[in-house]
Amino acid sequence: MLTAFLIFWPLIAALAIFAFRPRDAKIPAFIASVVELVASLIVAFQFINNDIIQFSLNLPWITSIGINFSVGMDGISLLLVLLTTVLVPFIILSSSSTVSEKPHSFYGLILMMQMALVGVFTALDGFLFYLFWEMALIPIYFICLMWGGNGRGRITLKFFIYTLAGSLFMLAGLVYLYFLTTGTHSFDIQALYQAGRSLPPAEQGILFWAFFIAFAIKMPVFPFHTWQPDTYTVAPAQGTMLLSSIMLKMGIYGLIRWLVPLVPLGVQEWGFTAIVLSVIGIVYASCIAIVQKDIKRLVAFSSIAHVGLISAGLLTLNKIGIQGAMIQMLSHGIIVFALFYIIEIISERAKTRVISELGGIRNVAPTLATVFMIVMLGSIALPFTSGFVGEFLLINSLFQYQMYLGIFGALTTILGAVYMLRTFQRTMAGETNKVTATFIDLTTQEKLVLYPVVVMILLIGIYPTPLLAISEPAVNNILMILSDFTTSVK
Amino acid sequence: MVDVNVLVSLVPLLPLLGFLTIALNVKRLSHGVVTSIACGTVLMSFLISFVLFFNLLNSPEGQRSINVVLFDWIKTGNFSATISFLIDPLSIVMLLIITGVGFLIHVYSVGYMHDDAAFNRFFSYLNLFIFFMLILVMGSNYLLMFVGWEGVGLCSYLLIGFWFKNQDYMNAANKAFIMNRIGDLGLILGVILIFVQFGSVQYADVFAQVGETAEGSQMLTLITILLFVGAIGKSAQIPLYTWLPDAMAGPTPVSALIHAATMVTAGIYMVARNNILYSLSPVSLNLVLVIGLVTALFAATIALAQNDIKKVLAYSTVSQLGLMFVALGVGAYSSGIFHMATHAFFKALLFLAAGSVIHGMQGEQDIRKMGGLKKYLPVTYLTFFIGVLAISGIPPFAGFFSKDEILEKVFESNPLVWGVALLASLLTVFYMFRVLFLTFFGKTRASEGMIHHIHESPRSMTVPLLILAVLSAVGGFMGEPESLFGTDRIGKFLNPVFGQSAQLLQQETLNNSTEYALMGTVVVLTLVMIGWAYNRYITKQHVPVEEGMVLGSLHRLVYRKYFVDELYQTVIVKPLYWISRMFFDVIERSGIDRLVNLLGSNVGRASKVMRLLQNGNIGFYIFIMVISIILLLAANTIMK
Repeated sequence: MLTAFLIFWPLIAALAIFAFRPRDAKIPAFIASVVELVASLIVAFQFINNDIIQFSLNLPWITSIGINFSVGMDGISLLLVLLTTVLVPFIILSSSSTVSEKPHSFYGLILMMQMALVGVFTALDGFLFYLFWEMALIPIYFICLMWGGNGRGRITLKFFIYTLAGSLFMLAGLVYLYFLTTGTHSFDIQALYQAGRSLPPAEQGILFWAFFIAFAIKMPVFPFHTWQPDTYTVAPAQGTMLLSSIMLKMGIYGLIRWLVPLVPLGVQEWGFTAIVLSVIGIVYASCIAIVQKDIKRLVAFSSIAHVGLISAGLLTLNKIGIQGAMIQMLSHGIIVFALFYIIEIISERAKTRVISELGGIRNVAPTLATVFMIVMLGSIALPFTSGFVGEFLLINSLFQYQMYLGIFGALTTILGAVYMLRTFQRTMAGETNKVTATFIDLTTQEKLVLYPVVVMILLIGIYPTPLLAISEPAVNNILMILSDFTTSVK
Repeated sequence: MVDVNVLVSLVPLLPLLGFLTIALNVKRLSHGVVTSIACGTVLMSFLISFVLFFNLLNSPEGQRSINVVLFDWIKTGNFSATISFLIDPLSIVMLLIITGVGFLIHVYSVGYMHDDAAFNRFFSYLNLFIFFMLILVMGSNYLLMFVGWEGVGLCSYLLIGFWFKNQDYMNAANKAFIMNRIGDLGLILGVILIFVQFGSVQYADVFAQVGETAEGSQMLTLITILLFVGAIGKSAQIPLYTWLPDAMAGPTPVSALIHAATMVTAGIYMVARNNILYSLSPVSLNLVLVIGLVTALFAATIALAQNDIKKVLAYSTVSQLGLMFVALGVGAYSSGIFHMATHAFFKALLFLAAGSVIHGMQGEQDIRKMGGLKKYLPVTYLTFFIGVLAISGIPPFAGFFSKDEILEKVFESNPLVWGVALLASLLTVFYMFRVLFLTFFGKTRASEGMIHHIHESPRSMTVPLLILAVLSAVGGFMGEPESLFGTDRIGKFLNPVFGQSAQLLQQETLNNSTEYALMGTVVVLTLVMIGWAYNRYITKQHVPVEEGMVLGSLHRLVYRKYFVDELYQTVIVKPLYWISRMFFDVIERSGIDRLVNLLGSNVGRASKVMRLLQNGNIGFYIFIMVISIILLLAANTIMK
C-alpha cells in the first residue's frame, strides 16, 4: 500500500492544488512533498536488505489484455524513489516566489511529475511502466513551455518530439514482447523477461536498440543528446533540476531494470557499442563544456559527461559498475541540483549567466562561494565527496572491462577539473565588477536548501556503505539471472 | 593508559576538529582563539605521535606496527576499502615531520599572517591540510592514501589561490590542481590495477601476495609505473613539475609547509611504501632513477638564473626531490627517507627565513633589490646561513649526512649516475650561496625608503626559525653512518619496512677507504663551489642584470626555464581548446544537431505528402483498398 500511496499522494495533492488554486501554492505543495518524503523514509526504515520485491501491490486492471496495476520496490527502486522524494521538497523550496504566473499550475505540475517518476521507478508491469514513462513527459513539457526562457517554444517542441519518438521504439518493443509471452498474454515484468530471454540473439539485438534508444535519449547518451543542452538552458531552474536530477535517471533505471534482464544476449552483442558511445560522450561533452560561455549550458554538457560514465560503467555488467552507477545516480542528482540552484541564484542577482561577465563574487558572497566550492568538488569527484565513490567504482569496472576505454573515460577527472575550476575562478575569484558588486550572500531560505545538500554530498562521500547495501541484493539478483541465463545458453 | 587505537585515531582527528571549528565559526572567532585551536591541535597530534614513536621504538623489531580499523568506507561486491590506519616506522617518521614541522610553521604563520584579513580562513586551510596529509601517510590501504593524496592537492589549490582577488594566483592554483590531477589519474588507475591483480587494496594483503608474483612481471611493471605517474605529479618531477614554481604565489608559510617539507614528498613516501613492488620491477625502478636524476640536474640549472628568492628555493626543491628519487631508484629507500627528513628541516627553514626577509621588506622577493641585509635581519641571516650550509652538505650539518649517504649508495650502483648527481649537488651549492650572498652580503640595493622600514620579524616567527636551524644543524646525526662512528639509527629503525627489499636488491657495500675518498672529493668540490660563488658575488660584486636587458642565448634559455611552460601551452593547452571548439562548432552544431533537425523537418515534409492521400474522397479510399488487397494476395502466393 505504501508504494501506491507514494505514487498517488502527489497526484492527489496536485489535483487539489489545481482545484482550489491557493494564492500561495508553494506552501501546500511543499507540505505535500514533505509528507511524501516522510512516507518514503518510513518505507526505507521498514525495508529489509534482501533481493525480494517489497511493498508490492498487484491489482487487476485491464485484465482482458493482461495489464495489472503491479508495483513494488527492491533496493534499486527504493534508492531512486528516495532520490525523488528527497529532492522534490528541495526543488519546491528552491523556487523563488517570483513564479508569478499561475503558481498553482507550476507547483501542481511539479507534483504530477513526482507521481510519474515514482511510478516509473516502482512499476512492475510493462504497460504501467510505459504509461508512467510518458506521463512524466507531459508536466515537464508544460513547465518548460510556460515558464521557460527565450526560444522555449521551438526548443521544448524539439525536446518533446525527440523523447516521444524515442519512447515509441520502446513501446513497439514492449508490444512485440507482449505477444510472445506464454499462455495468456501479459505485460507482467517476469513474463516479459521470459519472453525476451527466449528470443534468438539477432532478435534480442533489435530489441536492444529499441529499448536502448529510448533510454539513451532520456539520459542522454552521445549522439542522442542534442536536445539536452538547449532544453536545460531554456527551462526554468526547477524544470532543469527535475530533468537533470531525477528524470534522466529514468533512462539509467530503464537500462538496469528493463534492458539488461530483458535481452541479455542483445546486451552481450551490442553492449560494447553502447559503452563506446557512452565513453565517447564523456570526453566529447567534457571538451565542449570547456568552451561554453553560459554557465548553465556548461553544466548541461558536464551532465552529459557524467551520465556517459554511469551508462558505460553500468553496461560493463560488473557488480562494482552497477553499484557505482547506483551511488552515482544519487550523487549526480544531488550535485547537479545544487549546481543548477547556485546558477539560478547567480543569474537572478546578476541578471546574467555569461561567465565572462561575472567575477569576484567570493568577495561579496563568501558563503555562496564556499558552498559552490564544495558542490564543485563533489562534481569533480574529490575523495570524501559523494562524487568520488560512484566515479571510482565506475572507472574501476570500466577499466576491468577494457583498459583503454577505462583510461579514456577516466579523462573526465582531468577535463572536469579544467572546466569547473575555470568556472569557479571566473565567477567567484578576482575583483568584483559592476554586475557583481551589489551581490548579496545566501539568504536563509537558500541556506535551508543548500546546507542539507552539502551535508548529503559529504555524508555519502564518507559513509556510502549503507546505501550500497540497500541496492546490493537487487543488483546481485539481476546479475544472478544473467549468469544463470548465459550458462544455460552455453 | 589510553587505548592505543584511540591515540592513533586522534592524530588525524584533532586537526580535522580544528578545521571544522574554525571553518564553521570563521567570522565569529577572534585571532587569538583561532591561533590556539589551530596550533594546539597540531601540537597535540605531534605529542601523540611522539608517544607512538616511543611505543614503536620500544617494541621488538618484528612487531613495530599498529593497525587500527575504524569502519568500512566503500564496500560492495568483492571490493572493500576501510577507514583504517597503519602506524609503522615509515609512517611514524612521516607523522613526526608533518606534525612537528607543521606545528612550527603554524606558529610562524601567526606572525606572518598577522595583518591578513582572512587570518581565520588561512588557519582553517592549514589544519585541513595537516589532516589530509596525515590521512595520506597513515592510511593502511591505497584508496585511503588516495584520499589524502587528493585532499592535500585540494588544500594546496586553496592556499596557492589564497589571495583569490589576484587572477594570476588563481591561474597558478588551477595549474597546480590540474597538473596534479593528471598524476592522480595515473595513481588511481594503478590502484585499480592493484585491486584487479591482488583482489584487495589493503597494503598488508598486497605486500603479502606480491612475493608470489614473478620478478619483472609485466603487470607489476605497469602497476608501479602508473603509481609513479602519481608521484611525478605530486612531487613535481619532469614532465609535471612546472606547477611547483608557480605555486609560490601562495603565502610563504604555505610554500614551506606544503611545497617543500610535506606534500611534495608524498611521492617519495608512496614509492617507499611500495618498495617491495618496485624492487620486483627493475624497469620501474630504473625509470624512477632516470626521472629523478634528470629532474635533479635540470631544475638545478634553472635555479642558477632565477632572481626571485622563492623561485630559487622552489627549483631547488624540485631538484632535491629528484635526488630523493635517485636514492629510491637505486633501491636505497631508507636513504631517500633520511634525506626527505633532513630536507624537511632545512628547506622549511630556508623558506621561512626567506619569508622573514620578504616580511621585513614589505613583500619584496627580488634578490637584485636586496643585499646587505644581515645587519638589519640578524636572526633571519643566521638561520638562513645555517639552512644554506645544511643544503650544501657542509659537515656536520644535516644535509651532509643524508646527501652523502645517497651519493655513496649511488656510487655503489653506478659511478656515472654518481657523477651526474654530484654535479646537481654542486650546482645546488653554487645557487644557494648566490642567494645568500646577494641577499645578506655586500651593500644593500634597497631604496632609502625601504631601508627605513626593514625590521626583524616578531618572535613568533624567529623562534620557529631558530628551532628549525638547530634541527638543520644537528638533524643529520639521526643517520650518522658507521664509517663516521655513528650507527645509522634511522636506517635501522626503518629496517622492518625496507628489509625485504634489501634482501631482494643485495648490493655490495663499499669499503671504508673508498667511502672516505668519495666524502673527501665531495667536500672539497663543495668548498670550491663556495669559493667560486664568493669570488663572483662578493669580491666582484656581480649583480644579475635588470629585467629587459639582453641576455646571452644560453643564459636566456636558463632564465626562461627552457621555455617549458611555453611548450606546454603550444602542445597541450592550445590544442585542447582547439579540439573543444571544433567539437562544439563542427561536430555538435553543424553535424549531429543539424542532422537531427533535418530528420525532423523531413518527417514534417513527408507527412505533408502523406496528408495528400487523405483527401476525403471515398472512391479513392476504396480504390486504394482494392489495389492493396490484390497486392497482398499476390505477395502471399509468390512467397509460398
